[in-house]
Amino acid sequence: MKKTRKPQLAVIGAGPAGLGAALAASGAGLRDVMLIERDFELGGILPQCIHDGFGSIVFKEVMTGPEYAQRFVEEIRRTDVEIMLNTMVLDMGPDMRITAVNDREGIVEIEPESIVLAMGCRERTRHQVMLPGFRPAGVITAGAAQRDINIEGLMPGRKIVILGSGDIGLIMARRFTLEGARVEGVYELMDHPGGITRNVVQCLRDFEIPLHLSHTVSFIHGRKRVEAVTVAEVDADLKPRKETERFVPCDTLCLSVGLIPENELSKHAGIQLDPVTAGPFVDERMETTVDGIFACGNVVNVFDLVDYVTHSAQVAGRGAAEYVLQGRKRQSPVKVVAGRNVKYVVPQFVSDLNRDVDFYFRVEHPERAVTARILADGKPLAGKKHKMVRPPEMLKQTTEALDVSTGEKTRELTVEVIPGGE
Amino acid sequence: MANKHDFVCINCPMSCSLELTEENGEILEVTGNDCKIGKRYAEEEFKDPRRVVTTTVSVRSGSLPMLPVRSAEAIPKRLITDAVKSLEGIVVDAPVKLDQVVLEDVAGTGVNIIASRDLASASIQPNT
Repeated sequence: MKKTRKPQLAVIGAGPAGLGAALAASGAGLRDVMLIERDFELGGILPQCIHDGFGSIVFKEVMTGPEYAQRFVEEIRRTDVEIMLNTMVLDMGPDMRITAVNDREGIVEIEPESIVLAMGCRERTRHQVMLPGFRPAGVITAGAAQRDINIEGLMPGRKIVILGSGDIGLIMARRFTLEGARVEGVYELMDHPGGITRNVVQCLRDFEIPLHLSHTVSFIHGRKRVEAVTVAEVDADLKPRKETERFVPCDTLCLSVGLIPENELSKHAGIQLDPVTAGPFVDERMETTVDGIFACGNVVNVFDLVDYVTHSAQVAGRGAAEYVLQGRKRQSPVKVVAGRNVKYVVPQFVSDLNRDVDFYFRVEHPERAVTARILADGKPLAGKKHKMVRPPEMLKQTTEALDVSTGEKTRELTVEVIPGGE
Repeated sequence: MANKHDFVCINCPMSCSLELTEENGEILEVTGNDCKIGKRYAEEEFKDPRRVVTTTVSVRSGSLPMLPVRSAEAIPKRLITDAVKSLEGIVVDAPVKLDQVVLEDVAGTGVNIIASRDLASASIQPNT
């Protein structure tokens, strides 16, 4: 076996999160950064996201996914970051020991001084939403269909029913249509779309694809291949109403029913996960509950915008550099509490307020004319008025660095959305 | 006779339901908008709605079989389907460079279809 590798930082995953973290760490002075990617190229999921709408915050221009990825790939090639492609991380222990495998070196043992987790997220499948019926071919997640069409050049079907109105499902409704398939309709369990309005308008309305809110698929028909689905309206408890059932012939059921942060490795390393986000608890540097292991992007929580993924990655990359170069020890962290109409907040803990801290949070329900604000022991630190807030659109609020010389010790931070705004 | 057209504003989470009234193509009124942006959006969506078109074309001997492409600028919405159809059968030879023109003046719009990424030849791994 080869000698154990001992880089200053190992970044696991080279999607937008891993690329952003490796670049930031390199920029902050780490000379020995290793970026580990299982695919044959960099970029993660971005190369298959061929639609536009990326980069409006980070680059102040509207780009497609492949273009956004290429900006970072070009930049990272100008650094001395070591890129390990076709390399799969098999395990990561609490002692930070990483076991990976590739076709050139076989098993690779890595003992880095710090780690950034950037594994992204996975799609929920029919089994995770418990769709009854037969188990034929032709039930596919929206992201898998996106890969088939945009990367492989394969059509998953010709007559499509889409369950779930998350952004990828909406994007795929348009994509299927442009490729000549017929999208019978998009069915959404909730009484509001899961994706952003721009996608409802530009992916469904532009192509006259019907959106059926408060509907679900109650049965999948077909022994070998999907032949039809039964759809039904749901009641207040989100259960299908038998009397509203309708038989819809189709050859493909495409699912856009949510994303879950991918944390199998994190669990092995003993990192504590937040049951609400399904990602690691992190602090203001994106450091997890294990010292020296950081996390960013969709492995932490599912961000709506790649721009926010990049921002969180830059924080994690700089945090890892600081950890390695300055040997920083964490202060006792303060808990961040989700207050009124806030479902969750990232970061969940803050150790230091002597720097700008980005708080990302989602509301529980839509609300008009509100102020979203951050409080330290009841005292407002920062806030912003919003005309309207909705669960699919994540909010970001930054607090400015506090002058720590005041010596005041904060006990609790709260993020809340309260009535009173524009 | 006055006609009414419905739009949903996409500029902020308010998602205002807009109603535009016109007579013989002349806009008389926009209602339902909470701000000026909504009024302008409804007017543009009525007069000249445009979209950036994104799709894929086949690649010969590339590291991947498909190349993502886009219209260099937004084109009229009604020409989206024509634009995608006119790309049928186009095969690009690898290697491809970002922004390389794949088709000029798509569907008579004066806008080019360009590559959304670099794509290496099959034998060359793109990032090593």
